[in-house]
Amino acid sequence: MSSWLSMLPETLRISVPYACAAVAGVWAERSGVIHIGLEAVLLTSSFSSVAAAVASGSLLVGMLAGVLAGVVVSVGHALLVERARVDAVVSGVALNLLAYAATRLALRGLYDSASNSPSIAGFDLGPKGGDVGAMLARVLLDPVTLGAALVIAASPWLLARTRLGLRLRACGESPEAARSLGIDVVRTRVLALAISGAIGALGGVHLAFDQHRFESGMSAGRGFIALAAVVLSGWRAGRAALACLVFGALEALQIALQDVSGTSKATTLVQLLPYVATLVVLALGIGRAAAPRGLGQRVDDG
Amino acid sequence: MKRLALATAALAAVALVLPAPGAEPPKAPTSALRVGLVFDVGGRGDKSFNDSAYEGVARAERERGVTVELLEPTGAEDREAALRLFGARGFDLVIGVGFIFSTDINVVAGDFPATKFACVDYAPPEDGVIPANVVGLGFREEEGSFLVGAVAGLVTATGHVGFVGGMDIPLIHRFEAGYRAGVRSVCPRCQVHAAYAGTTPEAFRDPAKGKAVAVSQISAGADVLYHASGTTGHGVFEAAHDMGVRAIGVDSDQYDEKPGTVLTSMIKRVDVAVFDTIAALETGVFESGLRSFGIAEDGVGYVSEGPHAAGVPDGVKTEVAELRRRIAAGEIAVPRE
Repeated sequence: MSSWLSMLPETLRISVPYACAAVAGVWAERSGVIHIGLEAVLLTSSFSSVAAAVASGSLLVGMLAGVLAGVVVSVGHALLVERARVDAVVSGVALNLLAYAATRLALRGLYDSASNSPSIAGFDLGPKGGDVGAMLARVLLDPVTLGAALVIAASPWLLARTRLGLRLRACGESPEAARSLGIDVVRTRVLALAISGAIGALGGVHLAFDQHRFESGMSAGRGFIALAAVVLSGWRAGRAALACLVFGALEALQIALQDVSGTSKATTLVQLLPYVATLVVLALGIGRAAAPRGLGQRVDDG
Repeated sequence: MKRLALATAALAAVALVLPAPGAEPPKAPTSALRVGLVFDVGGRGDKSFNDSAYEGVARAERERGVTVELLEPTGAEDREAALRLFGARGFDLVIGVGFIFSTDINVVAGDFPATKFACVDYAPPEDGVIPANVVGLGFREEEGSFLVGAVAGLVTATGHVGFVGGMDIPLIHRFEAGYRAGVRSVCPRCQVHAAYAGTTPEAFRDPAKGKAVAVSQISAGADVLYHASGTTGHGVFEAAHDMGVRAIGVDSDQYDEKPGTVLTSMIKRVDVAVFDTIAALETGVFESGLRSFGIAEDGVGYVSEGPHAAGVPDGVKTEVAELRRRIAAGEIAVPRE
């Protein structure tokens, strides 16, 4: 039953954008900034990576441009919230809407279509073929996936053990106390959002490079599923990434089950599986998850 | 914050309203006719259905000198607004590309009786009353799908073939039904794996999902995959390419999407239907109601000639040509569901 075995590489591939966005969410919210603009980070970074790759002919340049775009959006959000004192939820919603409209506008300006970019080469490393080994090799050799895996794996340690991580979490737990200890809360949060943007952007770049193109709205709500993973994990990076792996596995399972179930009505039910499972787990787990106490609090720097 | 919201709204409005430049400035012929085209989800550049419709208006612009304007709605709420925009500006003909415009067009057509409306893949209202200024352009996709199903059934080495649908709706079930029948007509023992990307219009533009569905079918042994899923199909081509099997395109000749992987494509001549409608109106003829395009009308077919069909063996082409003749002659009735 190679079709069941193939769920393993598929799960990994499907999970990358979710996991990147979720860990990006943890970085932002642990520093105390509510970040529902993850969708905007995914969209702008995937668009920028494709646009830069098309213009330069270099995938590396595309990747860097994508990461830069993610940083710009996230830092923009931090500045709006911390400096301009915009409500974080409003800013996040506005960024999501803006990213959707702006990428369409830019698509039309650049490529005369508000929906689709031209296609790009993609890294395409690893052997061709349909056996599970080749599929796994293609997933594991992908530079974007590798980069994402590295920063995701490092995140729990960076947040828990390093000076930066401790300061960042202090800002998230109690911004007033952090300030009284001489930590520049606003600067720390902006820095946290820059890191968050870069990690989230890897998810956007993966989305675009995996499909060899950008399509309008191609994040398709992945940023919101990632937010659910953040809450579910109790704002812990490792668990958030794990939750995304489970979601990816459910999505792969849903697709494999469609082939078995065949008839149309059962198919519709099976397609709901990942979302229903997410809701159930959220409903069961949410009582125990504790948000950072200073989430959404600003320091009075007036 | 207000300013930000305003800027967002303004950008969104610009993205909706800004007309894309037409194909080329009209040369010799000129016509007073003004034609507005509103794209479906998937949009311009989908290398499929929408681009085919665009070909039709571009040809009318080139050959008849009509004025063409294009709109790409951003979402469901913009579709009716886009139609209305053209109607309010007094356009002669407004074309909605896709079944999803059916109800919108019925509503808007009532408000602008002087404007003619055409809807590709039109689904008539339940009471069956089609407004006098609306023409529905329908295709017998099952017939074209039957032909590529026969190709798939003849070239498969594993006896497993796949079908990837976009949104799970009757229109796409027609593609599946024709394809299944085509496979069965030449290979009764072949197994058809079929799955849909989703249950919302987004399922027509989710290549990541398309790739996952295709990978699952290829892993189950399918070595020829047919898709009817808009830009979701790009993911099907990606998967087929990566895993060394072949795929069949839909609506337009999709060979260039993945040369060597795309075996052939089912062709739905949306361009012909659109051009014919414009050309007829230009000479003052407009017939409301339903028009159906099938194999007999050259409205559907498959890529069987030239370098883009090089992957299809000659013996297969001959056999499928005979099936094609028999469908056109009415000797084979292709099931619609």
